[in-house]
Amino acid sequence: MSVSSTVSGAAAPELRIVGFLCNWCSYGGADTAGVGRFIQPTDLRIIRLPCSGRTNPLFIAKALLQGADGVLVSGCHPRDCHYAEGNFYARRRLEVFKQLLPVLGVDPRRFEYTWVSASEGQRWQMVVSKFTEQIHSLGPARRLPGAPELEWLRESAG
Amino acid sequence: MKIGVFICHCGSNIAATVDVKKVAETAGRMAEVVYATDAMYACSEPGQQAIEEAVKKYALSGVVVASCSPRMHEATFRRTVERAGLNRYMFEMANIREHVSWIGRDQGPNTVKAIELVRMAVEKLRLNRALIPRKLPATRRALVIGGGVAGIQASLDCAEAGLEVVLVEREPSIGGKMSKLDKTFPTVDCSSCILGPRMVDVAQHERITLYAYSEIESVSGYVGNFEVVIRKKAAYVDWDKCTGCGLCIEKCPSKKNFDRFNEGLGSAAAINIPFPQAIPKKAVIRAEDCRQFQGKKCGICAKFCPTGAINHEQQDELVTIQVGAIVAATGYDLADWTVYGEYGAGRYADVITSLQYERMLSASGPFGGHIKRPSNGEEPKSVVFIQCVASRDPSIGRPYCSGFCCMYTAKQAIMTRDHIPDSQSYVFYMDIRSPGKGYDEFTRRAQEEYGAQYVRGRVSQVYPRGNKLVVRGADTLLGSQVEVEADLVVLAVGGEGSREAAGLAEKLRISYDSFGFFLEGHPKLKPVETNTAGVFLAGSCQGLKDIPFSVSQGSAAAAKTLALLSRDMLESDPQTAQVDIKRCIGCGKCIQVCPFQAIREADLRGQSKAEVLEAVCQGCGLCNATCPQGAIQLSHFTDNQVLAEVEALLCP
Repeated sequence: MSVSSTVSGAAAPELRIVGFLCNWCSYGGADTAGVGRFIQPTDLRIIRLPCSGRTNPLFIAKALLQGADGVLVSGCHPRDCHYAEGNFYARRRLEVFKQLLPVLGVDPRRFEYTWVSASEGQRWQMVVSKFTEQIHSLGPARRLPGAPELEWLRESAG
Repeated sequence: MKIGVFICHCGSNIAATVDVKKVAETAGRMAEVVYATDAMYACSEPGQQAIEEAVKKYALSGVVVASCSPRMHEATFRRTVERAGLNRYMFEMANIREHVSWIGRDQGPNTVKAIELVRMAVEKLRLNRALIPRKLPATRRALVIGGGVAGIQASLDCAEAGLEVVLVEREPSIGGKMSKLDKTFPTVDCSSCILGPRMVDVAQHERITLYAYSEIESVSGYVGNFEVVIRKKAAYVDWDKCTGCGLCIEKCPSKKNFDRFNEGLGSAAAINIPFPQAIPKKAVIRAEDCRQFQGKKCGICAKFCPTGAINHEQQDELVTIQVGAIVAATGYDLADWTVYGEYGAGRYADVITSLQYERMLSASGPFGGHIKRPSNGEEPKSVVFIQCVASRDPSIGRPYCSGFCCMYTAKQAIMTRDHIPDSQSYVFYMDIRSPGKGYDEFTRRAQEEYGAQYVRGRVSQVYPRGNKLVVRGADTLLGSQVEVEADLVVLAVGGEGSREAAGLAEKLRISYDSFGFFLEGHPKLKPVETNTAGVFLAGSCQGLKDIPFSVSQGSAAAAKTLALLSRDMLESDPQTAQVDIKRCIGCGKCIQVCPFQAIREADLRGQSKAEVLEAVCQGCGLCNATCPQGAIQLSHFTDNQVLAEVEALLCP
């Protein structure tokens, strides 16, 4: 069996999307979406961080250069940061970083940042579905020569 | 490193859409994994025991559990590995329930995703280090924000147990919404007779300091050691001198002002004491209503005050206090019902809210406890109650049931017949929701003993005819249109989070939802905790509830506060930033971004270096993302650990 169907219905192969999420809000929002059984595309893999302000833009650059098809950062709504002002720093850094992506040869649409609170399960579902759709419309990212393939993993999962 | 991996079935919650055995089998081939297995319920007693035994049997030095969200059970499993003799930070969790099995239906992609999440957890764990929490002293004092019935209960319980309590109330008197009520369901107890003595207890308790007419200006610090600035709003009356005699109110020439306490029924003087049982019973001048502040010659209150308490020059005062824990009990506000054009949207004087009706029924209210039509002062003979106003109505963004309206409407229908024996009440309802001790019996009494006529259906229009109001609606049980001629229409308006809740949530660093309710730590298991350590919730600020539930939650929040502060020393979270002094160039960027002033400049043999105050560091990692040298690293979330997760996913 091949890993081919995303739950959004489109029978496109899964792409690599990395999420960096704030533990206090968006990670909880993703949990809330799970508890509410809000079905989402399965492409996203979430990495938990203490704050969106912990996101070093180099994490995103590294993910994109290593073959991620999309990167999503999500934190608390501005003014609602668990650490008072972490997401303000995140917002400024990530916006500048997004402007820089074309210089790296990466389509800036492959990276988005957003704000989702722990109570907003439905909003999280919408964010994931929309971003996944956007990445699928862009298609797989250009792989750097020599980047590893993931076939063995797909095989091992049957 | 020897790693053990445990994949949880969670009954069928995970196993139904993830091939758990396959995940365990694949995990067994991952780097440094010496043992991998699946478990029916990893969090159950046998599940935890199996982890402990495996740690010992295979001499594991780290454990990965793939199950639910770490926000749910990370603390549980950390204790498990600690019991088995490991440091509790030698543990990682892969969230394969909320983030995998519950959001995807296909087993194929779900299983691949679960394997990858486990691999990421394993790769992160390989870089984990043992962390040792530090002990730090806690201030044995609690702050309670909001002096409604929930806040009063929390304050009294804490104070009775020996804790010092600071109670902050934004209004001139404590008592909250309950102090506005005439009677309470389902016993028809007099509200002020139950609440009044509790309010007096608060005022007289030696361990409770009350700041009425005050607001929270700012909150800093962390669990055990919060620093809170309270803004004492200028009352323009020296409360130390004011005796609450009320002479100023009598003499004040500006009497036709909006009466906040009475919900706009009647009017209030510019200098006022909201109600006779007010605690503290002190006068407050509303500057916007006062002639003196409008540049007119007045000052009559100052002339008559027997103690010389009036001070038009008074300024807001800021008070700083130290507390170890905070209970938020800020209650609710009525939702805006004037969006309903069909009910007159506030145009008809005889269409009032249920809270206004309470003030009408109250003997100390503006009408002296007599039910009168606001338009002409006559006694109404036909009273129509409309339920679910701004409740259960997604069209105005209020999809939830407010929970208490069915009950207070039944009470008000009973009180109407009590006050005016020849009156007839009609209740338009959607469903009668009365789950509570003695509640359903009570709504039946309203119908059977007090003759209230319940009509199941919505009201489409309220319009005037002569000096009466016509209420037109549907009776869905009869399948027909009904028209009732009413002298008075009472809208059972639902509630929403207090209007200032969002601002307070930002200061307390807690979450709130789109209706202004604060978010609890867990909907089932942590109903009064928040995700911010040391901040607890009580009463309707967390979600609408009636008096018995608010009181229960007040006591529950007090119990949590007491448990937290029962120790003199708290354990600090060791997930703090660490400086590698060899790499630090002393640029000071980390000092600039730290929201907690947890980093300072230190001198090391003539060189400037950053130094982290571990007790103050909250572990946000802002400094880590800022440091151009990568010299400052957040323990447990270092650059290398995060990148290990990225690499585990993209280049396994």
